[in-house]
Amino acid sequence: MTRLTRRYRFCASHRLFANSLDEARNREIFGKCANPFGHGHNYFLEVTVAGDPDPRSGMLLARSAFDAWVKSSVLDRIDHTHLNSDVSEFEGLVPTAENILLVVDAWLRERWAQSFPLEPLRLSSLRLEETPRNSVQIPLSEPSCQQ
Amino acid sequence: MLITRKAEFSASHVCVSTRLSDSENERLYGNEARPHGHNYLLEVTLKGEVDPVHGMVLDLKALKEVIREKVLDLYDHRFLNYEVPPFDQVVPTTENIARDIWERLAGPVSAMGSALHSIRLHESDELFVEYSELPAP
Repeated sequence: MTRLTRRYRFCASHRLFANSLDEARNREIFGKCANPFGHGHNYFLEVTVAGDPDPRSGMLLARSAFDAWVKSSVLDRIDHTHLNSDVSEFEGLVPTAENILLVVDAWLRERWAQSFPLEPLRLSSLRLEETPRNSVQIPLSEPSCQQ
Repeated sequence: MLITRKAEFSASHVCVSTRLSDSENERLYGNEARPHGHNYLLEVTLKGEVDPVHGMVLDLKALKEVIREKVLDLYDHRFLNYEVPPFDQVVPTTENIARDIWERLAGPVSAMGSALHSIRLHESDELFVEYSELPAP
């Protein structure tokens, strides 16, 4: 079993504020992350695919194809944006690192079949660093993305 | 318990398959199809039980020596395609290098009474490969 991980950066701003809760409760839960105008991070996203390398190329996936998939699925939609107002998925969804990773997961899966119709690969795990001290990860060992 | 030892080596390579045309090589490997080098970071992970007497899975100094002898002495400051078989025949992609390191270390690690769990090889800050012959979790 071989796993290949690519690491990407994107920059975005957000405000952590749940509309269903009042100001005081938001302040209590999110602290300064609830400040009205938001703030930004340099996020790092690690995308891991798993499978067996193609015997001809010696690679699981050409780097250019990997990058094109992540760029069109994720980076073009999220880099240099204010998540709460620019990305429709976060209307009514608090853009915590956890929720960003779940949205990214859905975006990557949406374009998986179209990007890699023939490759016997699966998306294996995703990891998002919001800051160097703060990261979330989803292990996706099953099910296969080809199902 | 898993225990990991890191090591570094610097090597050059070129990713071109003789079985592919120039344009296929260019499309597949991009700028990796030009000769260049990396500072590779290797992470060797073993799996074992903690010894009740000395409190360690194994003596990491012994693992350090095995990594030096079986990998670093061969790979470090070399042009992999020209100087390190099988990369005269096999394209030295990060995937293939990680697998080659597994094959070089699995026997010696087993002879030390331990078991190789995985090899993680970082080609750069933007790319790493993990290789294991154990069944997927």
